[in-house]
Amino acid sequence: MTSDAVTAATVTAATRPLVEVRDLDVHRAGAHILDGVSFDVLPNRVTALLGRNGAGKTTTLLTMLGLLPGTGSVAFDGVELLGMSTHRIVQQSIGYVPEDREVFGQLTVTENLRLAMRTPEAESRLDLVHELFPELHDRREQRAGTLSGGQQQMVAIARALLNPNRLLLIDEPSKGLAPIVVNEVVAALERAAADTTILLVEQNLQVARRLATDIVVLDSGRVAHSGPMSELFDDPELAHRFLGVAAAAGGAP
Amino acid sequence: MSTFVLIFVTALGLAGLYFLLAAGLSLIFGLMDVLNLAHGAFFGIGGYACWLVMDHLTVIGPLTLRFFVAVIAAAVVGIVVGAVVEKLLIARNYGNHLSQILITIGLSFVVVSLLGGIFTFEPKYIVQPAWFTDTVEIFGARIPNDRLLILGVAITLLVGLLAFLRYTRHGLIIRAGVENRNMVSALGIDVGRSFTLVFAIGGLLAAVGGALGAVYFNGVTPGLGSGQLIFGIIVVVIGGLGSITGTAVAAVLVAMTQQFVNYYVAVGLGDIAVVALLAVVLLVRPQGLLGRVAR
Repeated sequence: MTSDAVTAATVTAATRPLVEVRDLDVHRAGAHILDGVSFDVLPNRVTALLGRNGAGKTTTLLTMLGLLPGTGSVAFDGVELLGMSTHRIVQQSIGYVPEDREVFGQLTVTENLRLAMRTPEAESRLDLVHELFPELHDRREQRAGTLSGGQQQMVAIARALLNPNRLLLIDEPSKGLAPIVVNEVVAALERAAADTTILLVEQNLQVARRLATDIVVLDSGRVAHSGPMSELFDDPELAHRFLGVAAAAGGAP
Repeated sequence: MSTFVLIFVTALGLAGLYFLLAAGLSLIFGLMDVLNLAHGAFFGIGGYACWLVMDHLTVIGPLTLRFFVAVIAAAVVGIVVGAVVEKLLIARNYGNHLSQILITIGLSFVVVSLLGGIFTFEPKYIVQPAWFTDTVEIFGARIPNDRLLILGVAITLLVGLLAFLRYTRHGLIIRAGVENRNMVSALGIDVGRSFTLVFAIGGLLAAVGGALGAVYFNGVTPGLGSGQLIFGIIVVVIGGLGSITGTAVAAVLVAMTQQFVNYYVAVGLGDIAVVALLAVVLLVRPQGLLGRVAR
């Protein structure tokens, strides 16, 4: 490879979207949940999927992970994910933090984390995770089902951070958490965002504003708007119409 | 008092058999949502594997050693049968309960007929070491040694199974999978690879149960396993799907109820009492004693 070719490849890699979602269609129980959803996730940025309840945000994540059947295309660094089984999709270097945390309640914190370790780097990243969430280290022998909601969220995020994933799919990390815990969770995600790409579903606009660089707004299963985060706050009408909140005023729901 | 102790220990032996039959059934249902109605066939096949070794492997003189070999042989046959059934028949039918039920019921009929065709429907008696039928005195009761042997093997396998689930990565995946299979996949783990393993473990336990059952029930017939399956299913439901400890506790409850009612109330009423026990548990605690927990 000539040096010109190397430069060209590097430039392409830097500007090409990490994820290209095209014409994603999902039907569930006779209803059309996603209707031709297309958007890009740029590398090393945090893209927030926004929209009202039922707009199709979680469905988009689940379909990308192969947990719901859908048609269209989801290309991750050029690799088509649709049609792959869930474990193969995740093995492409994708981490997932589900909406309701879904920690294994009967397993200890340590067992939850061990289960998630699938790469050689995971062992050394355990220290990083314990540094982010010292509470998890203190409670490592405790059953995850007996943890508070905030601690369970830390376990769920830790599972995704243990492997050096290239993409994190994070579904409502602030849901149902006390403000002080939300701060801790957001701080951890800010650190994670420094060296990975994140696609985030978030109802709490303050949280989305702190983390996200780009937004994709869904409305009734269609993409209503996509662009940089700043547009949302420059255009109160947009926020009001699709999110039902006055985003420019600070965004507390 | 001595009668009570005799029935108590006999019931514990029977509980051991129920546990061996039900443990695999419980894990298979807990992890894969498959009700394996061919599980009794694994039990029967284990019984015949044991009989074949005891009857034909006369090169091994000492009967105790030969019985040991017979149990190992039954275990190996059980592993192979369990794995093959999963790979050939179940693997393509996950999520389809009707197919699973039809296939496994059909398989159990086929196995019973096949065993009958090969070995006839007459009971095959197991040649036993003399010490099996010797008795030891416990609290004034004379207890045949084979009851204690069955109990000992069942407890050993229970402890081994719990250790496997607790201390190995496969065990961790199985325990997590019983709780939330989708989330295990979403951590990048191929849960499907554990399915064959769980069937093989279930086959092993049931076949060893069949080998011991051939001694307990004084011989093996083609229908032995299918006849016991209903009690295995009741034990699984009472114990809680996917729970090994629950299965062990439920096996003891069912066997005790059955034996004591049969003796102190009326012969034959024991089976009805077991169904009544099932009804009470389902009314009071529908998830079973320790539901949806592989431990």
